Amino acid sequence: MKTIYMHPKSLKKTPFHYCPGCGHSVVHRLVCEVIDEMDLQERTIGIPPPGCSVFAYNYFDVDMAESAHGRGAAVATGIKRAYPASVVFTYQGDGDLAGIGTAETIHAANRGENVTTIFINNAVYGMTGGQMAPTTLRGMKTTTTPYGRDHILEGHPIRMSEILAMLDGVAYIERVAVNSPANIRKAKKAIAKAFQVQLDGRGFSMVEILSPCPTNWKMTPVKSWQWVDEEMTRVFPLGVYKDIGEKKGAD
Amino acid sequence: MTKVLMDGNSAIGEAAIRAGCQCYFGYPITPQNELTEYMATHLSRRKGCAFVQAESEIAAINMVYGASVAGARAMTSSSSPGISLKQEGISYLAACELPAVIVNMQRGGPGLGSISAAQSDYFQATRGGGHGDYRTIVLGPSSVQELADLTMRAFDLADRYKIPVVILGDGVLGQMKEPVEFKREAPSVPPIREGALRGAKGRPSKIIKTFTSNPSELEEINWSLFRRYALIKKEETACETFLTDDARLVVVAFGIAARIARGAIKNLRSEGLKVGLMRPVTLWPFPDEPLKEMSKTIKQYLVFEMNMGQMVEDVQLALAGQGELAFYGRPGGVIPNPSEVARVISRLYYQKGLK
Repeated sequence: MKTIYMHPKSLKKTPFHYCPGCGHSVVHRLVCEVIDEMDLQERTIGIPPPGCSVFAYNYFDVDMAESAHGRGAAVATGIKRAYPASVVFTYQGDGDLAGIGTAETIHAANRGENVTTIFINNAVYGMTGGQMAPTTLRGMKTTTTPYGRDHILEGHPIRMSEILAMLDGVAYIERVAVNSPANIRKAKKAIAKAFQVQLDGRGFSMVEILSPCPTNWKMTPVKSWQWVDEEMTRVFPLGVYKDIGEKKGAD
Repeated sequence: MTKVLMDGNSAIGEAAIRAGCQCYFGYPITPQNELTEYMATHLSRRKGCAFVQAESEIAAINMVYGASVAGARAMTSSSSPGISLKQEGISYLAACELPAVIVNMQRGGPGLGSISAAQSDYFQATRGGGHGDYRTIVLGPSSVQELADLTMRAFDLADRYKIPVVILGDGVLGQMKEPVEFKREAPSVPPIREGALRGAKGRPSKIIKTFTSNPSELEEINWSLFRRYALIKKEETACETFLTDDARLVVVAFGIAARIARGAIKNLRSEGLKVGLMRPVTLWPFPDEPLKEMSKTIKQYLVFEMNMGQMVEDVQLALAGQGELAFYGRPGGVIPNPSEVARVISRLYYQKGLK
């Protein structure tokens, strides 16, 4: 008999606390599947952020060290430099990576740190109740942009994949989404590739994942999945932004 | 072991390497750059060691956090404004019970201040410094030799008590060259702390975290930290006394101020004034028991600091009303000379009729 579905070994059997339709649980599972398939559970150290996914350490069955808000890339640098044989990934949201942690992210990427970043972009601060994020779309209503994000006052959604792709230390960047079975399969491939880039010592790798937040978007899960396609991908187009190929050590 | 002539900042670097420091993360700021440069030259090429010039003080302390998570002896250094930025990370290190060594070669403040030596970060260092209820061990060296010795001790204390240790130096100590002897050889392989995160191989996965949604759990974490602090206070409190046996007036000073006071006291002794020095070596835990003991026989105290009066509050708490307390301070990076301090001491001595 052929097994087509199993609970990933590196995903604890703890029920998720995430809201229905939220992308976190899907991404958690994808990362765990990749860790299992690449046989990395025993050498992986994950770095969860503050925010909804602070509890990632309750779900990932690998060593996990919580980071201060935005500092994931710096913490990852410290771990990887101290213990180069480890496989290090950060798990960060948009406020974390593109707001408070922009400096840490850009410089870790620019140094070509051999770590992998899983970047969840849902265009809001989730855990604090749906405030404007650096990636909030123009016109989008949040609790701190109650009349819609006005780019004259509040600026534009920041595109981190595009920014980071310009840096010479970056080996691989892809933007994916987890809003349909086809996209979820693509997301998994991108995550696997990012980990492989790290294993090959080719430099910084990141997968940006457009992820629905039905609760803070005030939508049904189905509507939020559609909204990713109809609105988010227009500002954040999916695709590979950087891939240095087989070259070892980004230059 | 022979003595070598070295500036204080470089001596910290050499001592750290010999103490098994594996990772150093720094960011330029005067007057501590020689330490960062020393590590760039001497640590970065050592097998298994890492040096990173970080993009900010905040990044540097979080790199220290990461290296400590992975079990390395890790260090960062800065001067006053940069240390303010590191407080976030220090709070997390304290909460996660992670060892680390943080060097503050203090300069004048507040704000960008001056690059001259000062002691105005005493409150920040000895009260935790960041958010939350915690302490760090704070060591107050007063010579280049002691910078080296206390740097080695700092790594040992950090590991033993799983706590960040702050070396509270200043710009004079960092820049001054003195003969120094290093009492250890560097290990061929840097030590890795047991229980660190190195991947869940042959054991269940582990979590290092500070966040909990359960206040009772967090209260227990706090209780547990403070039980350890009580032990540190009992075991590790250290101070030095100089000519206090027959003294009628004791100057209490730490770090470079104690060095200046010592010169003043020597001169005053030659004039027949019975004055002595009490120098806390651990600023946290503060040596209040030795002061309490001293206050049974000596009644007049003068606290001298290069700030507007910070340690004086700890002395006041320790004396608990037993003995009279005066204060002399110079803020902003002004460095008084021994004769200025001698004038202050002798004026007090005669005013109080101690002759």
